[in-house]
Amino acid sequence: MCCSGCQAVAELISGTGLGDYYRYRDATSTRPRNDDLAADKWRVYADPEFARQFTQIANGQTSTTLLIEGLRCSACSWLIDQVLRRHAGIVDVSVNAATGRANVCWDPARLNLADVMRTIAQLGYVPHPVTDETVSRALREERRDGLKRLAVAGFGMMQVMMFAVAVYSAELAHEVMDPGILNYFRIVSLLVATPVMFYAGAPILLSAGNSLRGRSVGMDVPVGIALVLAYAASVWNTFQNSGGEVYFDSVTMFIFFLTLGRFVQMSVRQRTAGVTDALARQLPTIAHRARDGGIEDVPVTSLRIGDIVQVRRGEVLPADGQLLDGEAELDEALLTGESLPVRRPAGDRVVAGTINVGGPISVTVTALGTQTALSHIVALMQRAQGHKPALARNADAAAAKFLRYVLLGAGMTCAIWFAIDPSQAFAATLAVLVVACPCAFAIAMPAALAAATASLGRQGILLTDADALEALARVDHIVFDKTGTLTRGELRVSRCVPLENLTETRCLQIAAALEQASEHPLARAFARHPGAGSVDDLRTFAGAGIEGRIDGRLYRIGSPQFVCELHTLTHEAPADLTGSPIMLGDEQRALAWFELTDSVRPAAAEVVSDLRSLGIEPVILSGDGHGAVATVAQKVGITEAVARCSAQEKLSRLLNLQQQGKRVAVIGDGVNDAPVLAAGDVSIAMGRGAALAHASAGLVLVSDNLSALPEAVKLARRTLRIARQNLLWSAVYNFGSLPLAAFGLIPPWLAALGMSLSSVAVVLNSTRLLPRSVFEQSTAAPRSRLSETAA
Amino acid sequence: MSILFVLIPLSLALVVLAGWGFFWAVSAGQFDDLESPGWDVLREEVPLPIGSSGDDDERR
Repeated sequence: MCCSGCQAVAELISGTGLGDYYRYRDATSTRPRNDDLAADKWRVYADPEFARQFTQIANGQTSTTLLIEGLRCSACSWLIDQVLRRHAGIVDVSVNAATGRANVCWDPARLNLADVMRTIAQLGYVPHPVTDETVSRALREERRDGLKRLAVAGFGMMQVMMFAVAVYSAELAHEVMDPGILNYFRIVSLLVATPVMFYAGAPILLSAGNSLRGRSVGMDVPVGIALVLAYAASVWNTFQNSGGEVYFDSVTMFIFFLTLGRFVQMSVRQRTAGVTDALARQLPTIAHRARDGGIEDVPVTSLRIGDIVQVRRGEVLPADGQLLDGEAELDEALLTGESLPVRRPAGDRVVAGTINVGGPISVTVTALGTQTALSHIVALMQRAQGHKPALARNADAAAAKFLRYVLLGAGMTCAIWFAIDPSQAFAATLAVLVVACPCAFAIAMPAALAAATASLGRQGILLTDADALEALARVDHIVFDKTGTLTRGELRVSRCVPLENLTETRCLQIAAALEQASEHPLARAFARHPGAGSVDDLRTFAGAGIEGRIDGRLYRIGSPQFVCELHTLTHEAPADLTGSPIMLGDEQRALAWFELTDSVRPAAAEVVSDLRSLGIEPVILSGDGHGAVATVAQKVGITEAVARCSAQEKLSRLLNLQQQGKRVAVIGDGVNDAPVLAAGDVSIAMGRGAALAHASAGLVLVSDNLSALPEAVKLARRTLRIARQNLLWSAVYNFGSLPLAAFGLIPPWLAALGMSLSSVAVVLNSTRLLPRSVFEQSTAAPRSRLSETAA
Repeated sequence: MSILFVLIPLSLALVVLAGWGFFWAVSAGQFDDLESPGWDVLREEVPLPIGSSGDDDERR
């Protein structure tokens, strides 16, 4: 099947599907969904070629991240989780209510993406594969929808309250209201409360219905039952005219506060998603491919590796690639957080998602779709957001158990009050159902985590494992696994000692000429110096050095042993040379010594003292030589530094620390430190390129900015503190209010207020973790302009 | 008190009108971004109309 055709059809179908869904949601609770169309809609995703752009394949398992529309609280996520798990072929599921995303991992031999999405759709949710177009559109629609419902509930509540206050004041003043007017008020209240109940309250009622149909007790079940009971009793009493109580004021107020709580939670979730989406910024859908001397516009999905694409000024790079011509100016803020454009010479690797801010460039495609560096970052981040930490999973399980007791308790309250005073039974039962909803308890952890993840993302830290945040908060030792984490990782020629009567410049020229073709890190130290003349017979000796002929003379550069082999004279290095000594020589004699050193990152010393003030002791365990390690340790102020550590020794020293009851964070560049990183309580990878894809780290410092580290520790501690406050507050509220309601001390309207405010309090408490200006970042001008153009 | 039979329907009509106005505003995207439009007046560079190149704008 042709890929571009595929995509067009799929976009069309998912477009109309979305429309259908909203038509259905805005209408009444009947389901005018065309099942044939729905079946067709998911069938598109069965085509592996098409599904590939949304999925990742590892170890023979396929995984994907789905954005689930209609996912409202952790009961919904529990339902999806349970139903999917019963499906044969599903390997792992994790659903996060706070971000509205689900990670699903399955066996491709038994299932395909279409099956997974169909299963979720059958539960009454709408799954979207996460590409950014669908994300931003779904988020926008959800927000608009929430605002409308909030407005209806708010207006309705005010109107109904107006009549309720009139009736209550008459009662308080012991006046008797004209029965005609009273009845008129009730009918008008009914008129106003009905749209509030069935439009603003529809998500609650539907979600309660869905969980009942799935034979589980979701968060919305007691609330839904209470609403239906109160509304039905009020309607009955209005028309019966027997003087029975009406609860239109409680119903509208309850729906208003529930809708408000959901709206606030949705805003927090969307703000988090906004940060992720700033990372996962929409890649263009059309690329300009150069072929047969002309340029043709093709869908990005039909690009192949090796194609040459042209990227015009202001466009986003559609794929990873190698720069072909000239110098490019790229905005790489996405990857590095660096806001200034970066100049890239021809031949450099460029990354999908960066913006070309200079003139038009040509790029040879080297990686596409889910293979790009951007996709790796996004996949890591999404995995973290979809994965629930242990604390949240426990809270969920507790809430689900608690709900069953609530239903039981409501039944008992009703029965006991009937025996004592039947007129009170209804109100007390309503109050128990409403007041006991453990919504606040269930969102306590996810809300705090979502906000913290957003904050970390702003500082250039990716949280790839939700448990890492908890571990980071408790850390008291940090092991710098390499000196490279404290230094820039770029060697420079810090000294040149000519041995014969050559000038320093001449020595450097020869060295630079020899080294210019090499990619070795030591060789790159010479790159900033100009080379002299052309080199013939260039040969590289791995692990030793380089040999080449300049103007007929044979030179060698590299380790002293290697160079000395050429002229068979030995030469002692000057005693004051530190770092890694390099020798230059010709066939007769040694010509010069070079000293290469790595400079310490400017922020390193400050970071070390900040960490100390947080009660965290920094330690260096390095494989480098004593001299280099001691210099770095002294410059940044670390007292405990061990040099010449093998990986085995690092590991045993680390385990030794842990046996003393210390909690240790390990920072490495993630390349050859995997076992050490994995052994730490929490592991932090310095992240560029390949290291980013390194999954063993819990946190990745994307921008290589070490100073984000103390901030991250502070944030982790605050997150844990706020999550604990949330859990404590909601537990106190739930257990405290339940007996009061059962004794009939809380009228239904007060129960509604209390329950709603407890959830709102939890969410607002969590927003203290959010960075202040996330919106500015995610809606910065060039970004929105580009996405509009692409859409 | 019979004036209530006129005034309350009137108030309901006003509520419906206000609600309709709000729905229109939401659907028209007035509430999609509450922060960046506020910054627009402070930005020196006029955002480019979609589809036109930067040079045209600078010349104007």
